[in-house]
Amino acid sequence: MECVFGLVGDGFVIVASDTSAVNSILVHKTNEDKIMKLDSHKFVAASGESGDRVQFTEYIQKNVALYQFRNGIPLTTAAAANFTRGELATALRKNPYMVNILLAGHDKETGPSLYYIDYIATLHKVDKGAFGYGSFFCLSLMDRHYHSGMSVEEAIELVDKCIKEIQSRLVVAPPNFVIKIVDRDGAREYAWRESVKDTPTAQPEALGV
Amino acid sequence: MSRRYDSRTTIFSPEGRLYQVEYAMEAIGNAGSAIGILSKDGVVLVGEKKVTSKLLQTSTSTEKMYKIDDHVAAAVAGIMSDANILINTARIQAQRYTFSYQEPMPVEQLVQSLCDTKQGYTQFGGLRPFGVSFLFAGWDKNYGFQLYMSDPSGNYAGWKAAAIGANNQAAQSMLKQDYRDEITREEAVQLALKVLSKTMDSTSLTSEKLELAEVFLSPSGNVKYQVCPPNALSKLLVKFGLTQPAAETS
Repeated sequence: MECVFGLVGDGFVIVASDTSAVNSILVHKTNEDKIMKLDSHKFVAASGESGDRVQFTEYIQKNVALYQFRNGIPLTTAAAANFTRGELATALRKNPYMVNILLAGHDKETGPSLYYIDYIATLHKVDKGAFGYGSFFCLSLMDRHYHSGMSVEEAIELVDKCIKEIQSRLVVAPPNFVIKIVDRDGAREYAWRESVKDTPTAQPEALGV
Repeated sequence: MSRRYDSRTTIFSPEGRLYQVEYAMEAIGNAGSAIGILSKDGVVLVGEKKVTSKLLQTSTSTEKMYKIDDHVAAAVAGIMSDANILINTARIQAQRYTFSYQEPMPVEQLVQSLCDTKQGYTQFGGLRPFGVSFLFAGWDKNYGFQLYMSDPSGNYAGWKAAAIGANNQAAQSMLKQDYRDEITREEAVQLALKVLSKTMDSTSLTSEKLELAEVFLSPSGNVKYQVCPPNALSKLLVKFGLTQPAAETS
């Protein structure tokens, strides 16, 4: 039921993902951030088995950092995407990672780019992509409304359309989403779309203690 | 003195020296020299061939210059069989990087990786160091054209102009005098050939005794590594006044 999707606009990439952490029928939390910052100008939005998701994305994040420390220059988005795919491919026939990834980044020389990397190490450079049951709705909406060179406002409008569609049409729809953006000024959080907040714990006075 | 500290590579002498590494550098001091010069629009490598014979198949085999990857080449000085091992290692490292990242390996990273391998032979395993020095010439999108020199100790540095092999100190001081920061590739070729002709032992200079290679960008923006064919090299030697125009040879 996890949804991750993203699209490339005019000089930026937007990624959005749901924020529910679920185990069978139990919702652990509704504010789990699944979009990890890889370096100053890259995001990795991941969905899949939660243990694998955290383990793998942290592994990639640390390797990307190590490269920068060793060599004084950051990896390009394409290089990071190919490296990530390579790690998934190497593990595939022994102990696969069940993680689907959208890798978004901005490079000074080549501008914004988005990479679709699924759990069996498929790699595609795309303008728009989505994972999960939500992709059935998102991809159709994006096919209809996306055009290259969208402004941030147009892109957010499309993202909100996708979120609304997921929440109204998907049977166990995640209530909350986080939206992040990466452009030439860096990778940062853009907004949350919350329809449910985690219930606060009861105060002792209220319990009559 | 301190002969008892010679035989094992993996121990220091009391004065804090690694004798085997220094002896390796001695071996290179007897080998054919090589010169590299960095210019605005390319890197020039020139080498002195010690094995000269009309019977050598010069079109297919080179003694001094080797292509490591599409964007990196190396000139060698020292024990040829050692050089072949390291060149193969460098080629594998370059391809392994491209396999992971789908991009050409930055030149400095390639040099560093090979030097890490060389360093291993000065610290553990009990094997002797490689008796080879390299001049790496290459281009990458981070730093453009670059020239690196590395030696058996595993040290390396980036240079504007460098010399390895026999008489390298004389060559280096000549380069220091005549090198200009804004030198063009053609001027660099001329300077390299001039310096090499002065430091070579031989009385007469022919294209048989030299190898010339250049790393530059083609008009379409691709990195090109080109070894100068012997007749073109002869013409250059005449043009720069380093040999007399040759009479017809049989």
